[in-house]
Amino acid sequence: MSRKQSVRIGAGAGTSDDRMTPALELAERGEIDYLVFECLAERTVARENQSRTKDANKGYSPSLHERAQMVLPTCIKKGIRIVSNMGAANPVGGAKAMRMEAKNLGLGDVPIAVVLGDDVSEIVRTMPQLTLMENGEPLESILPTFASANAYLGADLVAKALDTGAPIVLTGRVADPSLFVGPMMHEFGWSYDDYAKLAQGTAAGHLLECTASVTGGCFGWPGVKDVPDLANNGYPFADVTPDGKIVLGKTPGTGGRLDVMTCTEQLIYEMHDPKAYITPDCVLDITGISLTETGKDRVEVKGAVARPRTDTYKVVVGYTAGYIGEGEVSYGGIDAVARARWAAEIVKERLKRRGFTYEDFRVDLIGMSSLHGEPNGRPEPYEVRLRMAGRTTDKKAAHAVGFEVRAMHMHGPGGAGGACEPRVRDVLAVKSVLLPRHLVKTQLVVEGSL
Amino acid sequence: MSTRVYDLAHSRTGDKGNTSNISVICYDEKNWDFLKEHLTEAVVMKAFAHIAQGPVKRYEIRNLKAFNFVIERALGGGVTISLAQDIHGKSLCNVMLAIELPSVGNEQKQ
Repeated sequence: MSRKQSVRIGAGAGTSDDRMTPALELAERGEIDYLVFECLAERTVARENQSRTKDANKGYSPSLHERAQMVLPTCIKKGIRIVSNMGAANPVGGAKAMRMEAKNLGLGDVPIAVVLGDDVSEIVRTMPQLTLMENGEPLESILPTFASANAYLGADLVAKALDTGAPIVLTGRVADPSLFVGPMMHEFGWSYDDYAKLAQGTAAGHLLECTASVTGGCFGWPGVKDVPDLANNGYPFADVTPDGKIVLGKTPGTGGRLDVMTCTEQLIYEMHDPKAYITPDCVLDITGISLTETGKDRVEVKGAVARPRTDTYKVVVGYTAGYIGEGEVSYGGIDAVARARWAAEIVKERLKRRGFTYEDFRVDLIGMSSLHGEPNGRPEPYEVRLRMAGRTTDKKAAHAVGFEVRAMHMHGPGGAGGACEPRVRDVLAVKSVLLPRHLVKTQLVVEGSL
Repeated sequence: MSTRVYDLAHSRTGDKGNTSNISVICYDEKNWDFLKEHLTEAVVMKAFAHIAQGPVKRYEIRNLKAFNFVIERALGGGVTISLAQDIHGKSLCNVMLAIELPSVGNEQKQ
């Protein structure tokens, strides 16, 4: 099998809610070989597991349809292969939906390789003694409201799926950087024990996994960190060679910026110990990395190293945790803060008299203390928006929070305005456990004919 | 004259569960030693005392002229159950940037 001397892997989504058109621009003008859509936040799979329970055909990322309609014609025409975790809690269902989209677009029978096995619900249910990483308590403590359990699978499975030749690979839970390392392993035949190359690939994947966050998004600051044409910022790609050389770039003709500053911010993003960034593929050490600008919007990444991967998979366990109720109302002008504080006390008193209790309760003065708490000495703003929120297992109690805040229009301090409707949402929480790898049975299936 | 972290560095916040990680990246690497001396775990813990329970752990990344501060129990119990508006704490880097340190001396400022 002949191998390419360089492969270009683009990032098309960094979250399910990511912007759409930059991915199409990257496919059209980026000269990419692969387009990776990373669409699963920590609790997304748990949420989609609930969708699948209600409708066995659902449970994949709802954004799959719009993304497929947008990029499939270009990707199929140009031979750009798609890798995505949009399969979420139902990768086979997602593959069927995407094949239907391709058919409807007149693209014919498009086979899709599907990675299965991340759903470890049945396994962990039988292991209540597993320790929750967040608080040290046994898994048993959250099993009564258990919703899902998914292991973060690695790049080896993505590579095997690509080895089938299918133009599209869909997965459920796969670690974000692994979605990018998979194509590199597939293209260059990297061994899963070649940690020098896995390190470089993982560093590249981590830099790409949040799309625009490495091209000037989540970065700009007027006068200090200016970003040209941020409204039109483009998505990034990595040029990778068989020896693990990595050079990042972004779609030509787009706004934004890609340089050492943007790359450094993204490299450290969501990292704890920089010598031990644990993925399913390796334990990455970024402390020796050097970033070099090799041209405009081009950055070379050198010096990533890694230790061997751990013998466990991290598993995200989803569970329901009651409801959050919230409400908001505004105060402006003279003594705005004093009236808002008084209103908060009245609402709390009324909730108490109605017999409602909350596991957690919060009062925010938006415009003053809602983001960074309330240290002494912060000046009072002209206007504030009072926000109150409570978490409880009682849906009525959750609704009462917003109900009583809204009542401040007629039953509170003077001059309240603009209360919102009471809001109630159900809480889908997550915690993590480590599961020995050998217990996880993965599987590869192909939907359609190759 | 004091120096703010903002004068010397840029920053981004990330999250995992109830833990926030905040990078501090020097504009000019010559200020890295100054920040190493003055932007200690204790100084950061004090600045976040009304937000997070801690502890704070500082990791040095000299090669990237950066530090990574990992602040435990910082996100209202965790992203998925937090009652905060900014459940991920994405805006917390601005608390870091506002921390005031002794004067670095104008000749070293960026």
